[in-house]
Amino acid sequence: MTNVTGRRPVATSAPPYGAPPTHRTPASGRGARSRGGYDRPRRPVRRTRRRWVTALIPWMFLAPALLLFVYFKLMPLLQAIRMSFYDVRPYLGDRYVGFGNYVAVTTQPLFTKAIWQTVVLAVGTTGGSIVLGFLLAILVEGQARHLWLVRTAAFLPVVTTMAVVAEVWRIMYYPGRSGALNTLLGWVGLGPEPFLAGEHQALASVMLVGIWRGAPYDMMIFLAGLASVDRNLYEAAAVDGGERWQRFRHVTLPSLRPVITILCLLAALRGLRSFTEVFLLTNGAPNGATEVIMTLIYKLGAEQGQLGVAAAGSMVLFLAIATVTIAVNTWRRRVTAR
Amino acid sequence: MRTRFPVQQNESLHTVLGLQGRRGPLTLLVKTVLYAAIAVVFAGPLLALLVGAFSRVPNPTTFSLWPDGLTLENFVVAGRRGVYGYLLNSFIVVGLGLLLQMVVSVFASYALARKRFRGAAIVMLIVLASMMLPDEVLAIPLSVVLSDLPGLHVNLINTYAGLILPLGAWGFSIIVMTQFMREVPVSLEEAARIDGAGELRVFWSVILPVCRPALGVLGVFGFTMIWDQYLLPLIVAQQPAHFTLPIALWTLRADDQVGIGVLLAAALLALLPSVIAFLLFQRQFTRGLSVEAVGR
Repeated sequence: MTNVTGRRPVATSAPPYGAPPTHRTPASGRGARSRGGYDRPRRPVRRTRRRWVTALIPWMFLAPALLLFVYFKLMPLLQAIRMSFYDVRPYLGDRYVGFGNYVAVTTQPLFTKAIWQTVVLAVGTTGGSIVLGFLLAILVEGQARHLWLVRTAAFLPVVTTMAVVAEVWRIMYYPGRSGALNTLLGWVGLGPEPFLAGEHQALASVMLVGIWRGAPYDMMIFLAGLASVDRNLYEAAAVDGGERWQRFRHVTLPSLRPVITILCLLAALRGLRSFTEVFLLTNGAPNGATEVIMTLIYKLGAEQGQLGVAAAGSMVLFLAIATVTIAVNTWRRRVTAR
Repeated sequence: MRTRFPVQQNESLHTVLGLQGRRGPLTLLVKTVLYAAIAVVFAGPLLALLVGAFSRVPNPTTFSLWPDGLTLENFVVAGRRGVYGYLLNSFIVVGLGLLLQMVVSVFASYALARKRFRGAAIVMLIVLASMMLPDEVLAIPLSVVLSDLPGLHVNLINTYAGLILPLGAWGFSIIVMTQFMREVPVSLEEAARIDGAGELRVFWSVILPVCRPALGVLGVFGFTMIWDQYLLPLIVAQQPAHFTLPIALWTLRADDQVGIGVLLAAALLALLPSVIAFLLFQRQFTRGLSVEAVGR
């Protein structure tokens, strides 16, 4: 850390712990002027005021963000915690009910089913998207122009808003013989299937939509990962007489492992909080066969006005999400540390 | 997505499968079929949507890639159902929301990346923690907060402000921008300060111009993110006057006086902006994706 000119080191991150304080680092970039604190305080009043102003500058830049975060992230969170312990009655005043709301939400007739289905949906969508996305990635990897075209076409579902995706799939899933997918099935002598209307197929049908939209996303991430694999390793494997499969097994897969982990985490979290696709495709029907936590919470809170119970449900969901995030991150850190 | 690596003798080593190195009529046929299948599976349904929007489709069940009696009537009827008003709402929300998001995150990142101050670590922690807190979890309590903002006693339900302001608190853009701004060499900033530039001047004419690539990434990424918003407009817009187009699609579906063609026309309008943004700024978008997933 050379500080001859009193400049800050180039890296603006904090200095390594234990580094000797060779030079007093000023709070702002005005370092060149304050000589380490040895100069005589000629005008102490102005200097303190200026230092006070300098200390305020970062907060002025942060103010808009902090204001928005406080109002639209922190306050809703505090509100959720508070409401989850109260029977929320507009105009009548709230009544403290302890853990009553948590009991109420967990004893909802559909709660266990919804949790189970949320997990199934999250795991199925995650797994399906990753496997399919990986296959797509290795198929369309390359620099040819036509490959770029295929990649772009395949990626369109990801940038299509979920509301449109849902409408398109509802039409394709039309249960009668004349529905688009049933027509396709008819060509190979199958169907007609009820898809979203069938109690045993609805969840799988929702899952398929999730995979259709998730796989191209994963594909793009895998492509970025594949591009960063060291080509010399391929070369070395080829020189060693490694066949395609071995090259894949010993070079490609190990270098993609971090990517796979992070995709699993992202997709699992997305799956746990999935709402829009279920809300628009089935809204829990038929007979609760596709109910997930978020649609249940939305129904309780926005439709039935049981805000306290919905808040308790939200807190349960939040705990689940936080647990998964922390667990995966701890596990990852332990793996990389090894 | 195109990356360059050193020229190599063996073309088959460029990719995992090494499909590039193989030639011959059979390989060509297999490849063509395969690629066509991928394109049809993923883009086909959206293409059918495009075709259907311009066709006379009285039948609500069929979905075809072949146009049948080309017409613009679906869009005319859609207009009578107020679809262009919803589209305008969507544009207002995405325009102002994106502006807010970028201004807020650029300001905050400047402080977090270029300043050292007490509490910086805590602010960073709050931003990171907020990313663990998905919008879905906060939806119901947010609706309560929005209906009576604490301290201000303003009701933002059924207002544009309610649709737009919550979009400004997006941790992702702050994190990305902060990471990018940290890379800007201090010497640039110092040089400007020696020339007598003030705080805002340094921010505006030194740091921001250097960050243009990151702004591009955040812009296109934020655009698609806001365009895809569903739950927020669903809880804020409770009257048709403030519906965004994705929300309004649902009412069109329930409206049995309009045909499926009108629904498809409206869906097409809801689809186009984000797809066009993606096609125009594909490079930035892919970069944003890898930042989101891998953090670089």
